[in-house]
Amino acid sequence: MKKQESAAASTLDLDTGNKVIDWFSQKRNRHAATIMGLVAICSAWALSNDMRWLYLLVYVWFGLIYGMFLQYGRFCMASAVRDLFAVGVSRMAVGVMIALCLYSMVAAVVNISGFGTFHPHPLGWHIIIGGLIFGFGIIFTGGCASGSLYKTGEGNMASALVLLSISFSQAFFVNLGDWSDKLAPASWTASALDKGMPEELSVEHGWFDQFTAGYIWDLEAATLADMMSVTQPIAKYFLTDSLLVTILPASIILVVLYKAYYCKGYLRRQKIEKQGMTCHLGGVWSMITSSKNTAIAGIGLGIFSGLHVWATGALRESYGIFNFGELLEDMGHTAGLSIQGTVFDPGYWYITTQEAQWGAWVMENVGMDMRSNIFFGMDNGIPNPLINAPGFMSIGIILGAAMLALLRREFKWKIPNMETALFALAGGLLMGIGARIAMGCNIGAFFATVANGDISGWVFLLGMVAGGYLGVQAFNFWMNWRTSQIDDCPL
Amino acid sequence: MAIKFEETGDGQYILDVCGYSCPHPQMYTKKALQKMCDGDELTLIFDNPSSGESIQAMLDNEGNELLDKVQGDGSFTWKIRKGA
Repeated sequence: MKKQESAAASTLDLDTGNKVIDWFSQKRNRHAATIMGLVAICSAWALSNDMRWLYLLVYVWFGLIYGMFLQYGRFCMASAVRDLFAVGVSRMAVGVMIALCLYSMVAAVVNISGFGTFHPHPLGWHIIIGGLIFGFGIIFTGGCASGSLYKTGEGNMASALVLLSISFSQAFFVNLGDWSDKLAPASWTASALDKGMPEELSVEHGWFDQFTAGYIWDLEAATLADMMSVTQPIAKYFLTDSLLVTILPASIILVVLYKAYYCKGYLRRQKIEKQGMTCHLGGVWSMITSSKNTAIAGIGLGIFSGLHVWATGALRESYGIFNFGELLEDMGHTAGLSIQGTVFDPGYWYITTQEAQWGAWVMENVGMDMRSNIFFGMDNGIPNPLINAPGFMSIGIILGAAMLALLRREFKWKIPNMETALFALAGGLLMGIGARIAMGCNIGAFFATVANGDISGWVFLLGMVAGGYLGVQAFNFWMNWRTSQIDDCPL
Repeated sequence: MAIKFEETGDGQYILDVCGYSCPHPQMYTKKALQKMCDGDELTLIFDNPSSGESIQAMLDNEGNELLDKVQGDGSFTWKIRKGA
């Protein structure tokens, strides 16, 4: 009997061994394993140098997780807006709403535990205008800010061009020269000067500084719970920030999406003639679960976005810091810090500002003055990309997506043609400018904002949807013209 | 690397959008299906993975049938029948 068991176990071991050999015999699997191995080795090396790099590594590993979920669910907020207007598909919009609801619930738990890292955004016209420019741009780039990262991980070099364009357009835009002064109203200049900012920032020079100090800083920034003076923790975080600001509007949007884009096809497929509440509830459920990949990605992204806030918040408490800049200073890395000793360190999922820092770092290293502005000089600093914690989150997203794309046989190096490359650069430019005016992208200005009870995120979405609609009209016009130019293409 | 759309036989069409990312593949697929008659078949070739999800949902919504899916390394060939 024992011999038989032992023989069966040996056969099992042999099978497992063969499966492992088979798995490693495929080049794409070896590449995915190499990426994971390198990230693990680099993480261990960083920790062996100084355990405090753990703070940066939290960004790296959450980035990896985001990248895998984004690739798995083809999760892209550009698609959420664009596919509605372009091809009448609500799949991604539904996924975003699911992710949003879950993120808000986890965020409520994190905030109630006192580990929240979120700061509300000032509410004003700039958000809708920035959202509109951003929304127009994403139609031409083929992906939103996070979508472009995961698609870069799939080997799409047009998306890499989008990242390049977003990085440099932002860095350039926040550092506009004296020529842009006349574009700022005199009231902004006066208000900016009133703030008594350090001379080296020269806030009276450059449109973006005057926009920041003379306009943005004069606006109110608060979550809805704070506006309504709700202080009881359950009422504040769960009932107001999560339920009222996020879940309720998201549910209304889901119902609208169902009625406008899904109901007709669902009733036809199910051959339902007599409609009632039960049938429509079934329809909404069918819409939510129609793309399992998207739904799973939505759930995963929602939960991990919340856990990310908790992890960073807990580390900040443990190190007794408010910003990563304090840790960098302790570790002797002071070159990239702002004059306040800070660096960009949101503590949650964010995309665009770290990319602006990459652009600014390059521009500074070729001799340009990039610090006489509030954005880099006073707030975010320009750290070396090798110690830029949120920057590593973006790199983590690319690597996580690359790993999964390799494993799923979806990785392919794609060199863009001239049309796609120009769209990527022009769309990326608009995304960069829009993101800076609105103070964030589809993640920082919408997703993370709404989930933490700040209604300014919905205002951004409104602008992004309007921009997306206009972008689709412009894209349609282009597409019709383009196909008319191709011989033998009866489209 | 231009878009290729042509009739290859009676009621048989091919659309090749390789090299293009979102939103080209889904928008060109929609446009191609609009040009075809009910019951015609389309062979769609694309290499942008995220477009697949959108195209699948679009086919479901509009009552078109996905007959076959073949995946190569990074590229996809789908056979679609236009529904009534």
